[in-house]
Amino acid sequence: MGDFVDILTIFVLAILVGFEVISKVPPTLHTPLMSGSNAISGITIVGAILSLGMQHTTLTAVLGFVAVVFAMINVVGGFLVTDRMLGMFKRKE
Amino acid sequence: MSLAVINVAYLVAALLFIWGLKELAHPRTARRGNWIAALGMLIAIVFTLLDQQVLSYSAIFVALVIGSAIGAVLAMRIRMTAMPQMVALLNGFGGGASVLVAGAALIEAVGIAERPVTLQLTIATAASGLIGAVTFWGSLVAFAKLQEIISGQPILLPARHAINAVLAVVTLALSVGVVAQPENMWLYWLVVAVASVLGVLTVIPIGGADMPVVISLLNSYSGLAGCATGFVLNNNMLIIAGSLVGASGIILTQIMCKAMNRSLPNVLFGGVGVVAAGSATDEIYAGRIKAATAEEIAMLLESARRVLIVPGYGMAVSQAQHAVRDLVRLLESRGTEVAFAIHPVAGRMPGHMNVLLAEADIPYEKMLTMEEANPLFEQTDVAIVIGANDVVNPLARDQASGPIAGMPILDVDKARTVVVVKRSLSPGFAGIPNPLFAADNTLMYFADGKKAILDLINALKDL
Repeated sequence: MGDFVDILTIFVLAILVGFEVISKVPPTLHTPLMSGSNAISGITIVGAILSLGMQHTTLTAVLGFVAVVFAMINVVGGFLVTDRMLGMFKRKE
Repeated sequence: MSLAVINVAYLVAALLFIWGLKELAHPRTARRGNWIAALGMLIAIVFTLLDQQVLSYSAIFVALVIGSAIGAVLAMRIRMTAMPQMVALLNGFGGGASVLVAGAALIEAVGIAERPVTLQLTIATAASGLIGAVTFWGSLVAFAKLQEIISGQPILLPARHAINAVLAVVTLALSVGVVAQPENMWLYWLVVAVASVLGVLTVIPIGGADMPVVISLLNSYSGLAGCATGFVLNNNMLIIAGSLVGASGIILTQIMCKAMNRSLPNVLFGGVGVVAAGSATDEIYAGRIKAATAEEIAMLLESARRVLIVPGYGMAVSQAQHAVRDLVRLLESRGTEVAFAIHPVAGRMPGHMNVLLAEADIPYEKMLTMEEANPLFEQTDVAIVIGANDVVNPLARDQASGPIAGMPILDVDKARTVVVVKRSLSPGFAGIPNPLFAADNTLMYFADGKKAILDLINALKDL
């Protein structure tokens, strides 16, 4: 149970940090914030790599394989499209 | 590599995510922030590959290459006008990955003797499956609507509230089953299946102008699904990263709801957009609509000192952003001050108009928020509304009841002259007439957005 409370503490603190860090985003950045944060949510790739790499059963390997592909689309697509968008935001010359 | 080293690397990755998001929230540092977060991701992936549980690399390598290639092609090829679909699709992949990872983790936990099947693991697995499946299918439906594969209008099933309530209860009951009997794997897949139907049915009735809320919410769900997967794997970094995304999505959802003066349940279950206009329209518009030509509007603009442009979804549809940029440059070369007034829910996702205008090289200092723009309308000679409707409807301000009552609007009607570029008098998403079109100081300019602006540019040059 101690483990669970530790991990729950981290969860609650992380949510608070999230609110604190993101609360005053100007509307101009709403879309890049969504796509960029979305890329971060591709972090499940860590679990996917472990399942695929452990090869516990064929089924877990297949699930892991598809999950790695999905998460990687999310990660690479998210960071690149965010960079492409932000590259267009220019200040007045 | 030892677990301690890997965990330290995960801590570094988590810190980079937080730092990256902080930078992403400011215009000057946003681009760097994105790369800082990407660096965090790279570190997380590399150190996971060094984990001694990983026995085989070839399949991982293939999967990484396939995913990267698809992601890169999507990111490079997508047109800026299609960005809402892209964001919806990416949300979906994140949710889908969580479903699969949690499923695999449950099979492993039940099958490997030294891994305890704890209550935390089973509850979190059920939650990952549920939230992930809703995110995946909800996002695919949102994508299909935005891509116009299916109708963007709300699709309202009879008794949909009852159906959704039953599905929600069934999913929760099945989730309890997963917790009670984790060895029965089919229970988990049943949770995923029923949650998938729930995901489809909750997004299908939501249409058009409510999309910014749905996309923000799905963004938040994709983070929470990742978070739940973190509880499954007992991985702090996943929990931190997922929480950050969850919080960011919730903040955007709140901003969008506030900008429509509606509660989240109202957006999700209200079914706005099906109100028939009827005879009230004729009373408001009868004999009061003044249509103008490009030449007449060009003459107005020639003597204008300040012009505010109000873009809406119609600008995105007609791809008018580049023509609008040319108009802005022409007006500025004649000494007119031009800026954009952008409503928070204009378009189909948060910040949609800003991205389009940025693509057309409009500097972001010219994109004013509603709070910045509203005090300026009284000193504005000409306000040009391009493809926006409900967000400039004075009824929201003046009427106590109705589908948009109380919604904060851009006060364009306070400008000296209002030019509305629109193809017809058809109502906006809220389905109600707009008295702005019949106001004394309003000129209607009936045309497709892009063609209208191009004609206007030519007319200005001919003066």
